[in-house]
Amino acid sequence: MMKIDSVKDLKNLRDKLKSAENLKKATVMVKVSMSTCGIASGARETMDYFINELDNKAIDASVIKTGCMGYCYAEPTIELSKPGKEPVIFGYVDTKRAQEIIDKYIVADEELVGIIPLNFETVN
Amino acid sequence: MAKLKKQIRIALRNCGFINPENIDEYIARDGYMALGKVLETMSPEETIEEIKKSGLRGRGGGGFPTGLKWELTRKVDAEQKYVVCNADEGDPGAFMDRSILEGDPHSVIEAMAINAFCTGASKGLVYIRAEYPLAIERLKIALKQAREYGFLGNNIFGSNFSFDIEIRYGAGAFVCGEETALIHSMEGLRGEPGVKPPFPSEKGYQGMPTNVNNVETYANIPVIILEGADWFNKIGTEKSKGTKVFALAGKVNNVGLVEVPMGITLREVIFDIGGGIKDGKKFKAVQTGGPSGGCLTEAHLDTPIDYDNLINAGSMMGSGGMIVMDEDDCMVSMAKFYLDFTVEESCGKCAPCRIGNKRLYELLDKITEGKGTDEDLFKLRNLATVIKDTSLCGLGQTSPNPVLSTMDNFPEEYEAHVKDSKCFAGQCKALMQYIIEEDACTGCTLCVRVCPVDAISGERKMAHFINQDTCIKCGACMEKCKFGAIYIG
Ligand SMILES: Cc1cc2nc3c(=O)[nH]c(=O)nc-3n(C[C@H](O)[C@H](O)[C@H](O)COP(=O)(O)O)c2cc1C
Ligand code: SF4
Ligand code: SF4
Repeated sequence: MMKIDSVKDLKNLRDKLKSAENLKKATVMVKVSMSTCGIASGARETMDYFINELDNKAIDASVIKTGCMGYCYAEPTIELSKPGKEPVIFGYVDTKRAQEIIDKYIVADEELVGIIPLNFETVN
Repeated sequence: MAKLKKQIRIALRNCGFINPENIDEYIARDGYMALGKVLETMSPEETIEEIKKSGLRGRGGGGFPTGLKWELTRKVDAEQKYVVCNADEGDPGAFMDRSILEGDPHSVIEAMAINAFCTGASKGLVYIRAEYPLAIERLKIALKQAREYGFLGNNIFGSNFSFDIEIRYGAGAFVCGEETALIHSMEGLRGEPGVKPPFPSEKGYQGMPTNVNNVETYANIPVIILEGADWFNKIGTEKSKGTKVFALAGKVNNVGLVEVPMGITLREVIFDIGGGIKDGKKFKAVQTGGPSGGCLTEAHLDTPIDYDNLINAGSMMGSGGMIVMDEDDCMVSMAKFYLDFTVEESCGKCAPCRIGNKRLYELLDKITEGKGTDEDLFKLRNLATVIKDTSLCGLGQTSPNPVLSTMDNFPEEYEAHVKDSKCFAGQCKALMQYIIEEDACTGCTLCVRVCPVDAISGERKMAHFINQDTCIKCGACMEKCKFGAIYIG
C-alpha cells in the first residue's frame, strides 16, 4: 500500500475511491449493521443470507458490513440502495424478511411496507 | 418529516454507513483529511485555539473544556507525553463508545493523532475493556491499515511529526474509567484513583503529562477541524456546544442510539425520537448519568438538555446513558439497584465510599422490605450527604445521587413505603399483599392446591382467605384463579 505523504496525495486517493464508490451505486447495495447488538440479534446470518441469495439469483450487488445505525430496537437492520433510488432502511431483517426483501423489493421492484424513516441528518 | 429529523450526527457520522474494517471507505468520506490539514497548514497553537473556540466539552462525563485540557498538557515541559483514549465505558446501559469504535474506529485514531500533535505527545494508548472483543478487533484492524498508509508511524504526511497507538486492556471495573485509576491500571498497579492535583495533564502515565479524553470527544474532533469551530459552535446551547450521543434504554419504544443537538428537550428525545413509552404506559422518570446521575421527572421534560441544566436539575450528563422508567417502576428500588452497583464497584480505598454506600444500600433494602422508619429516611439523607462530601473520587462523590434525587423528586414514594408499607408501583414484593375478593371467590379450592406454603384456607364453596404471615408472594394462586378473585393490594 502506498504511503500518503501529503494532503494532495490524500485528495487524489479520496477522489479515486469516491468514483469507485459511485460505480457501486449503479448496483444494488446492502449494508448490514454489524456491531455487537446487531450480531447478537442475528445480523451475521442475515448478511450470509443476502450474500448467498443474491449470488444464487445472479443479482449484481454488494453486501457490506457496517457499524451500528442506532436502531437497536429493530435489529438486525439493513440499509438498502437500488440504482437511482434513495437508500431505505429495513428493521427486523431475519432470513425470512431478507427473502421477502430480495423477492419483492429488489427483484420485482415492488414497494414494501415496514421501511424505517431516516430520523437524522449527518454532517457529510 | 421535519419532526423526525431531530438528530444531527457528528460523532456517529460514519456509523452504519461505512465498513469499519476498510480504511478506504473512511478516506472516501474525507477521512484523515483533518489530520492532513492540521499537519500541513496549522500550528499546534492554532489547532488548540480552534478546538477551544468550538466550545467542545468532554463527553466522558465531566464536561471539561477539551481545548483547555489540550493546552494544559501542551504547556507542561517534558521529554515524553502521552495521549489516552478512555474507552472503559462502565456505566450500565451505556454503549455509545463501543458503537463508535465498532462503527468508525478511524475517527478516533485520527483525532488522537491530532491531539498528540497539539500536546506534543508521540505515543497514544487506548484503554478499552476486554469485554468489548469486536471493538478491539476492529480497532486493531484500523490501526494496522492506518500504519500502512502512514497515518501512524514516522513522519506522518511528510512532516516531522511521529506518532503511534497501542491498546491496553481493562478488566471491566467501573472505577477504572476514572482517569487516575485508569492510568494506574495501565501501569499495572491496582485500579485505584489517586489524589488530584496533580492532574494527568501534569503527571499522568509513568509520571509524564498525559491527556485523557473520551471516545466520543475524539470522534467530534475531525469534524471540527474540517467544518470549522464556527460551524460547530452554532449547534447547541450557550455553554454546551455540539451534540451528545445517548443510549436510550428502558421503557421506550425505540430503544437505541441517538445523537441530538445540545438544548433538545427530554420530551423530544423520549417521545419524538424514542417513540414514547412502551405499551401506552405513563412516563414516570428518566435516569441520566447512570449510577452517578439522578432521575428527572415530568417536571423536567421540557428542560433543554445541556451540562449545566442537568446539574441544576439534580442529575448530570454523565457518559450518555438514558434509562426511561414508567409507572411500574419503583423509585426506591431503582435507587437500590444503582447502589448495589456502586457497592460492587467501589475500589474500597476510602471509608465513606466503601462502608457508607453499603450502609446506604442496607437502609434502602430495609425500606423496600417495609421495615423502614422515619429515622431511616433522615439517616439516609444524612449519610448520603456525608459520602458525597468526603469521598476521594468521582465514584463516591456521586454515588448517593440516585438516592438524593429520588428522595427529592418522589418524597411521597419513600413515605408510602415507610408509613403505609405501600409500594405504588407494585414492585417491592415484601409490600405486596395477595388478597381474595370474597364476593368473587366461588370456593373452588384451586388456589389452595397450588399454594406452595399452605397459606390459603376456607371451606369448599365458601370464600377463601390468605394468611398474610405465611404467604411468600409467589403469585401462583392469582395465576390459577379462574374467576379473577385474587388481586394485589
Ligand atoms: C467513577 C468514574 C467512572 C468514569 N468512567 C468513565 C468512562 O467509562 N469513560 C470515560 O470516558 N470517562 C469516564 N470517567 C471520566 C474520566 O475520569 C475523565 O474525566 C474522562 O475520561 C475525560 O475525558 P473527556 O474530557 O473527553 O470527557 C469516569 C469518572 C469517574 C469518576
Ligand atoms: S470514592 Fe470509592 S471508588 Fe473512589 S477512591 Fe474512594 S473508595 Fe475508591
Ligand atoms: S401468593 Fe403464593 S404463597 Fe401467597 S397465597 Fe398465593 S399461592 Fe400461596
